[in-house]
Amino acid sequence: MMLSLILQQELARMQTTGGVGSPVTAYWPIMVFLVVAIIFPVLPIVLGRFLRPMMYSKTKARPYECGIDPKTEAHDRFTVRYYIVAMLFLIFDVETIFLLPWAIIFMGEDFTFTKFALLEMFIFIGILIVGYYYAWRKGALEWA
Amino acid sequence: MFLLLQANTTELYSLRDLMLIAPELILTVCGCVALVMEVVLPYRKSKWTAYFALVSIGLAAASLASLYFANRDLFPLDGFYGMLRIDGFAILFKAIFLIGAALTVAVSMRYLDVEGEQHGEYYALVLFATVGMMFLACGFDLISLYISLELMALTFYVLVAFTKREKRSNEAAMKYFLLGAFSSGILLYGMSLLYGVAGSTNLGEIGRSIGVALQPSVNELGMMTSGIPLRPLILLGVIALSAGLFFKISAVPFHMWAPDAYEGAPTPVTAFLSTGSKAASFALYLRIFTEALGGLRGTALDWAPLVAIVAAITILVGNWAAVTQENSKRLLAYSSISNAGYVLLGLVAGNSYGYIGIVIYLLVYTLMNIGAFGIIISLRRRGIIGDNVNDMAGLAQKAPGMAAMMAIFMLSLGGLPATGGFIGKYFLFGGLLQRGRLEEKSWYYWLAAWAIINTVVSFYYYVRFIKVMYLGERVADDRPLALSPALRAALVVSLIGVIIIGIYPQPFIDLAQKLITPLTAGALAFR
Amino acid sequence: MINYLSLLILQGATDSRVSSAWDGIKQPDLSKFLVIAALLFIIGVMGVLVRRNIIVIFMSIELILNAANLNFIAFSRYLFNTGSPNAIAGQVFTVFIIVVAAAEAAIGLGIVIALYRNRETIWVDEIDLLKW
Repeated sequence: MMLSLILQQELARMQTTGGVGSPVTAYWPIMVFLVVAIIFPVLPIVLGRFLRPMMYSKTKARPYECGIDPKTEAHDRFTVRYYIVAMLFLIFDVETIFLLPWAIIFMGEDFTFTKFALLEMFIFIGILIVGYYYAWRKGALEWA
Repeated sequence: MFLLLQANTTELYSLRDLMLIAPELILTVCGCVALVMEVVLPYRKSKWTAYFALVSIGLAAASLASLYFANRDLFPLDGFYGMLRIDGFAILFKAIFLIGAALTVAVSMRYLDVEGEQHGEYYALVLFATVGMMFLACGFDLISLYISLELMALTFYVLVAFTKREKRSNEAAMKYFLLGAFSSGILLYGMSLLYGVAGSTNLGEIGRSIGVALQPSVNELGMMTSGIPLRPLILLGVIALSAGLFFKISAVPFHMWAPDAYEGAPTPVTAFLSTGSKAASFALYLRIFTEALGGLRGTALDWAPLVAIVAAITILVGNWAAVTQENSKRLLAYSSISNAGYVLLGLVAGNSYGYIGIVIYLLVYTLMNIGAFGIIISLRRRGIIGDNVNDMAGLAQKAPGMAAMMAIFMLSLGGLPATGGFIGKYFLFGGLLQRGRLEEKSWYYWLAAWAIINTVVSFYYYVRFIKVMYLGERVADDRPLALSPALRAALVVSLIGVIIIGIYPQPFIDLAQKLITPLTAGALAFR
Repeated sequence: MINYLSLLILQGATDSRVSSAWDGIKQPDLSKFLVIAALLFIIGVMGVLVRRNIIVIFMSIELILNAANLNFIAFSRYLFNTGSPNAIAGQVFTVFIIVVAAAEAAIGLGIVIALYRNRETIWVDEIDLLKW
């Protein structure tokens, strides 16, 4: 109830001001998205609860209906073999953050700037490739 | 960001800007090449990377010299829209870093063989750390300063952990990493407040904005238009910045990482950490506190008393804690803490004497400290760690030349006249006295007297090395020292530097005076 | 920001006070962001000083970095409104901080793994070879 009221007010305000919201009101699409994202998985589960036939038996209550019964606790420590790949991913993933502002201003009206930006990005990626080549040759990408 | 704003009006980049950072560009490219060399070359040829690193440092030094001689009448030069400022101060510090890096590579080669960790990455990391230090000396914007500081710090975390099978190295790296990252965070928080107060990340702009905010015509607290008082923000920013920087230069009470990191790290890394990293942190300290915060001297927000108190405590704790140490690397770590206190005195003095003292002292300190660690490195042999003070027993009989060199380095660290250490301390203390006379405040004199008294204490533990070497009862072991031509050359170069600066300092003083002048002029312009 | 949203939700249950809270959101006040950043900073510092697990200490350091980030963004936005030519610098700084923090995380985790292989512990109380 409240929400629809606010949305109406905000829509009216955006029509008058030309769609420029304050920093917080600009997040409304995300809020709406959040609501949809919550409804989407919850609704099938609830519906399924009412629609499906219910037949309980001892066999059905076991963790694995067909297969070997678990012998030990599930909370056991095991080696995460891919941790080096994960660490490399962390770095290279975050480095792409520099591509975002670059992509936004890349095609300006000034063509000299575009050439300059392209050259800069080649240098940046070149340095990344040296690091990648080093990691690769060192065997960091092997499944150890 | 300046680039984007001005993209339509001025040219995007100029070759002149690239020329200004030519030494760093050379080192960066060579660092990347060294990294590739490590994976391409077979293990037994890993030493080629070391020679390659030496050559690239030489190339960078040549390019730095040509940069200086081509532009020395034009200083200061701003590059990349105010991100960098190349002036005498920057050139001088870059020269110190290159000397330190070259000596470090030279003393590392044999040591890494003994440790069984001769890898090309080591030299690549040393080169990258040097790049970070050099940008730290010429950065003139909070962003470039932060990036270069982190470049230096991150490479040092890895270097400290380089002997990865060694438990002490792991532990030292862990402690250094946690406290280093913590201090970077605090420093960054201070930077964010300064940015908010000044509305710019450029040090010159920050200096001007703070000058405006402190004018009496601005109301009581220096309100922002949003109703936020500026002066408390400035105070908080200065405190956070100081705390972060005190961590980096290992001043008391933020010094506890230093002995652990120095003891656990591979000895050449300790040498580089205690000279290059420390000098670079001082360069950062001087830049921020003269160019951006110099206007606070003599106002209600004066930082000089804070720095003076920290310097006094640092000198006391560093010297007295060193007295009881048995491990020579740890002893030199505490000595390095006390030396950070001495160098801070130059900042308290804040006049040309003090600045000359800082520069000369850091140069001499680089030479004598790498020299002293070089001797300790030569004691590390297969099966012998050799980092205890008593491991030096009988060195005078076994290797008289090495013992004599160690004795000279130790006396220079203590500040005996006719060695380089004395000249540096003379200018640092002299600057304090000069300032005291100028301002007619007695605490400057008391501070100088305090420093001199504690210098006498420091002789106790420096002379202890000499006593053990010359009067030690037994020969600790009769295995030959781990010497290599590169190590010998590095030791001789350090020795010659220390002695020349001690006996004939005039050219160095003249040069330092000429190159430091803009800094003093900048600091005085606020007054 | 989260604070304001929760405030809004709480007050939405009552009646007309919604509009006043809503006005507060539309003109975010610089000082409130600074207070939140200061709180984050203090939580981070306390975490570093009090906690004994290396990973948790590391997370606290990240909190400190994010406090600085929030400060930069808030100041940047504020300066943008006042028409300062350097307003974008704060946002540029934040991007760099995020990247440096990621690199720091990778190196820190690498050191933790090296330590764990040799010592089988990540509790700082038990890492005590080097002292005094």
